[in-house]
Amino acid sequence: MTNRTRTTASGFGDLPGLMALMTGDEKHGPAATSTLDALWVLYDRVLRVTPETAQDQDRDRFLLSKGHGPMAYYAVLAAKGFLDPEVLPSFGAYDSPLGHHPDRLLVPGVEISSGSLGHGLPIGVGTALGLRAQGLHDPAVWVLLGDAEFDEGSNHEAVAFAGAYGLDRLHALVIDNSSATHGWRGGIAARFAAEGWSAETVDGRDHEALHAAYTAAHPDRPRVVVARVEPKNS
Amino acid sequence: MDTMRDRFIEVTSGLLDEDPRLALVLADISAAGFQQAAGRHPDRLVNVGIREQLLIGAAAGLALTGMRPIAHTFASFLIERPFEQVKLDLNHQGVGAVLVSAAGSYDWPAGGRTHMSPGDVALLDTLPDWTVHVPGHPDEAERLLRHAVADGDRKVYVRLSAHQNEQAVKVEPGRFTVVREGARGAVVAVGPMLDAVLAATANLDVTVLYAATVRPFDGAALRAATQRRADVVLVEPYLAGTSANAAHEALADRPHRLLALGVPQAEHRQYGSIPEHLAAYGLDAHGLRERIDGFLK
Repeated sequence: MTNRTRTTASGFGDLPGLMALMTGDEKHGPAATSTLDALWVLYDRVLRVTPETAQDQDRDRFLLSKGHGPMAYYAVLAAKGFLDPEVLPSFGAYDSPLGHHPDRLLVPGVEISSGSLGHGLPIGVGTALGLRAQGLHDPAVWVLLGDAEFDEGSNHEAVAFAGAYGLDRLHALVIDNSSATHGWRGGIAARFAAEGWSAETVDGRDHEALHAAYTAAHPDRPRVVVARVEPKNS
Repeated sequence: MDTMRDRFIEVTSGLLDEDPRLALVLADISAAGFQQAAGRHPDRLVNVGIREQLLIGAAAGLALTGMRPIAHTFASFLIERPFEQVKLDLNHQGVGAVLVSAAGSYDWPAGGRTHMSPGDVALLDTLPDWTVHVPGHPDEAERLLRHAVADGDRKVYVRLSAHQNEQAVKVEPGRFTVVREGARGAVVAVGPMLDAVLAATANLDVTVLYAATVRPFDGAALRAATQRRADVVLVEPYLAGTSANAAHEALADRPHRLLALGVPQAEHRQYGSIPEHLAAYGLDAHGLRERIDGFLK
């Protein structure tokens, strides 16, 4: 069972099956999969981190700030070998490493413990500062947030500082499923751009567009990619 | 005499020169004092502006990359305002930092309630694994700060104040110091409270313990000081009763009495000076003497 799961769980098409091990259902609504494509392209084609290099100081770091609804994240970690798929069915159980919000001390490859919104980007700023201070200019820091999470004021402290400071190894990935109660008139990317970030908005289901946006050059500036997906309440 | 905050700036600037693992995060407060050090260490001395959630979050990120961060601002904005960041970005992530505050409970009375943080130590008591140093003199502040920076990856709070004692005590981090011995109970003076406690108890037959580290609480020292009579007076420069539980725990196996003095919980809507506030709180020598006499007789 384990071997078969491991050998087959290597492609994007295997993710729904891995998620089903947690949710008991092969079909998942847009909310549960809002991050799925963006996460997959990032882990599959962009991030320079593997289970073997997960402790290396020069690894890329991915910080899941929006810790709510982490099934897609766990599925990607399992597909990439950070997690044994056999633990997925324990999701949420008393002695499971897999909570409904991830805990970095319990799950290999998880960089931060999240759940309370608005903590990932400030921690990402500090991570980028720490790498820079140690002369590590290659590792990228990626932080995934949601458009409703962007309501939290702590994000705005981080966006303004990172832009002014030119933290060019910091990347924000905002999954925009139009779930913010009061919306973001003029769009989320404009908030980052106004603070000096390199910003792009793409179709969050289009893997090539995501890849191109992830890998675009952004000298001397932090970078945000806003990935738009189906509205949560559509 | 310099202030504890002056000494913090001097010592930390030197430590940045010596220790490549050390980083300092500021939120504008004290930034002018660190201008020279910032020129020498632009990558390890970062002023994030008036952004205290980011102050703690950035310190946590630095720690996640293996650095030893110090974060500094006034206590109100270091502990109270970003308390969830302290709880989640430091404790919950399992990383350490040194938080160094200034202004404490009553350092700028004319500034009013917004700049008073008598509840900071009590708030940290809701979280595990915090070491809390409350020095009473710049020399003690230097010693405890150096110890905190070198204390592995532990979480350490260093609470600096403009209120200080005339003379430094040779403190051992984590231990109470016996300043005077007596038979009729023990008075524990925390940090800047020592001078007033010594004056208040000058002709009383009590042991005076000095605490420049309150967490961990040196229960063994309190037990030893109360062998003959288990009457304890706590005198703390922050919220009254903050260490009452710790004192009760230390003496849980013997009948004992406790008087816990400190800054009252009620808002005190008066301005003025530090001595005026200490007198109003009953924490000057006169007020302490009255209450200690009433308790011990």
